[in-house]
Amino acid sequence: MPPVVYKEKCKSCGKCEEVCPGDLMELAEDKKAVCRSARDCWDCMACVKACQFDAIETRIPYQLGYYPAKLIPKMRDKEIEWTCIDINGKVEKFLVKTYNK
Amino acid sequence: MPRASLPNSADKIEEVRIDTDILIIGAGNAGCFAAIEAKRLNPDLKVTLMEKAHIDRSGCLAGGMDAINTYIKKGRTIEDFVRWSRSQAGGLLREDLTITMAEVLNKPIEEWEDWGMPIKYEEDGEEYKTRGKWDITISGSEMKVILAEKTRECGCEIINRVVATNYLMDGEKVIGAIGFGVRDGKVYIIRAKATIIATGGAAGLYKPYQNDGNDSHHQLWYSPFNVGSGFAMGIRVGAEMTTFEMRWCATRTKDFNGPIDTISVGYKTPMINCKGEQILKTRYAHLGGDAAPRFIRANLPMDEWREGRGPCYVDTTNMTQEQIYDMKYDYLNERPSYVLFLAGRAQDLQKDPIEIYGSDPYIVGGHTASGYWVDVKRATTLPGLYACGDVAGGTPNKFVGGCAAEGLLSARAAVEYVTGLELANINEDQIAREKDRIFAAGFRQAIVGDGVKPREMEERLQRLMDEYAGGVHQFFRMNKEGLEYALRHIKIMKDQVKYLIASDLHELMDAHEIIDRLDVAEVLVHHLMYREETRWPGWQTRADFPEKNDEKFDCFVNSRYNPETGEVEMFTRPYEQIIPGDRLKA
Ligand SMILES: Cc1cc2nc3c(=O)[nH]c(=O)nc-3n(C[C@H](O)[C@H](O)[C@H](O)COP(=O)(O)OP(=O)(O)OC[C@H]3O[C@@H](n4cnc5c(N)ncnc54)[C@H](O)[C@@H]3O)c2cc1C
Ligand code: SF4
Ligand code: SF4
Repeated sequence: MPPVVYKEKCKSCGKCEEVCPGDLMELAEDKKAVCRSARDCWDCMACVKACQFDAIETRIPYQLGYYPAKLIPKMRDKEIEWTCIDINGKVEKFLVKTYNK
Repeated sequence: MPRASLPNSADKIEEVRIDTDILIIGAGNAGCFAAIEAKRLNPDLKVTLMEKAHIDRSGCLAGGMDAINTYIKKGRTIEDFVRWSRSQAGGLLREDLTITMAEVLNKPIEEWEDWGMPIKYEEDGEEYKTRGKWDITISGSEMKVILAEKTRECGCEIINRVVATNYLMDGEKVIGAIGFGVRDGKVYIIRAKATIIATGGAAGLYKPYQNDGNDSHHQLWYSPFNVGSGFAMGIRVGAEMTTFEMRWCATRTKDFNGPIDTISVGYKTPMINCKGEQILKTRYAHLGGDAAPRFIRANLPMDEWREGRGPCYVDTTNMTQEQIYDMKYDYLNERPSYVLFLAGRAQDLQKDPIEIYGSDPYIVGGHTASGYWVDVKRATTLPGLYACGDVAGGTPNKFVGGCAAEGLLSARAAVEYVTGLELANINEDQIAREKDRIFAAGFRQAIVGDGVKPREMEERLQRLMDEYAGGVHQFFRMNKEGLEYALRHIKIMKDQVKYLIASDLHELMDAHEIIDRLDVAEVLVHHLMYREETRWPGWQTRADFPEKNDEKFDCFVNSRYNPETGEVEMFTRPYEQIIPGDRLKA
């Protein structure tokens, strides 16, 4: 499923390219990240979590889920703050623990 | 990592040669635990991990997990565990393997916690919070990153972005592996005293029903990047395989194809049909009700559909708002995008329950019993080769903990095996042949410029398997004639592999993924044909043999591809009961 890259936010750090388990993210000629094959994405969100510049958003294919829902992780030391916004604009927040130390 | 272009002739291929004591193929869950254990047992050994992706986020654990499905809690015994696992698998599993796995099952999980993975505790503090009988709840979003860090720390050599394509052989003996760098385009020839295969199971053999046009091709439950390469590599050199016909077809959330235990086990929500009937308690009470084996639970939403009583749901309408919030929290740990999917439907779960449906079938030795035929040390039938995790057969219901535990067991055996052993000699003819095989699709693109794209062949295989070998669109049902049809067409495609074209290294990886899937699919169809009965409805439904036939088939169905003749030889191995009692009761 297609991750959407906001080119103006991409700082070309290559982190998303480094981690994608499917080898799908790469830096194009303009040095901005692209997903080479939207259909092959597993939407594991590893690239979204890796991007420190909020330049990537996971999108559910329209064939399965409606527009414009959003799910945004904010990575912290020992937790992730997730913000979920549904198609009617309803916002939910979650603080998910990631490390016990 | 900069990307190289495809070499356009054999003499342009750059080689990397590495010698090591223990080579582990696949740095996923089981592979990382194998590496850590080998280093712990003997820090002087060189341990090398060969990984097609990047160790930080590869395999099943890429997005995280919210539960460990198998952990032996205080007061429970190994015998209890075998009885439970046996009954869930319809009475057929390798008890020797299940016992040896259970003996070390808790260790990797407790270590993970020590390394930083949060596990939830009961309110009174002492014990892990339980989800079902054997499940514990974790906050595993970053568990793979934690495991990767530990693997690096223990001093293993980690080679990321190298796709293994075949074993290096010395006669019958495995002496390492060969593969190519999907980023650097080099060929990696890794010679080892012992090799451990840990590449996970096989996804993408069948067409998923979510596959609308292009955008949701990989909307799968299992990791779509685990394509069964480990099975295929073993098949090609004549390793014995077991029980491929016991496919993992699961009940998943409809349209998203995501895990369901989070809701149904985690929050005890009953399955209902369109009439609101609690189907396990009513229509399927005779098959065990709520405690029915996994295959029954997987099959019944599909049976309800077929009988005209679909759609089916897990009934979330009685959940409290707090429970719904907690459930989403759990999903964020495992498949975060499912929470996004629910937002994309603006679904109020107190009014609209979660719909369920069957998944496309997978071959996953951590859930069912498909995979390499191994002994208690996890040695395969090929000397020098060990197998662990989803690629190893005989032991269903391993899940996260059991795959990790098998990593420990295979490492122990490999460390013992390499003691005093010298590296074998490499057969240079084999290397030359394999280089040609690896890069053939790239060479064809450069020379001919026309042929078959990997994606076209992949989609052809997936549709074929779906329609003729019991896919979800056929309600998992199949018969002899359909399977023969599938086999004929698999053979045509195997012959057409020579027409594959690849225009860059990523497409070359795609080409090898379909080549490997074809080998796995062929063996799978032979297994499905051989078992002329229906032992696990849903996982293995023979419409032409709808009953169970204990007289003939209360045993393991095994196979061996004969590399000389190209034939798949089928045979059986007896069931050996160690833990007494009714095999169908927990
Ligand atoms: C979505 C999902 C949810 C799950 N939920 C649970 C749960 O809640 N509880 C539970 O206990 N279990 C769960 N499981 C099952 C469990 O995660 C797996 O059974 C287990 O982790 C598999 O471990 P593994 O090491 O065999 O495979 P993996 O961890 O997948 O490792 C395989 C590795 O091999 C690599 N590889 C593949 N091919 C090649 C090649 N040709 N060359 C080099 N490397 C290669 C892959 O990139 C990967 O790193 C779930 C699985 C999935 C997919
Ligand atoms: S991680 Fe973010 S900033 Fe870095 S390359 Fe990827 S999209 Fe760009
Ligand atoms: S969501 Fe996962 S599979 Fe998809 S592009 Fe990002 S890292 Fe790759």
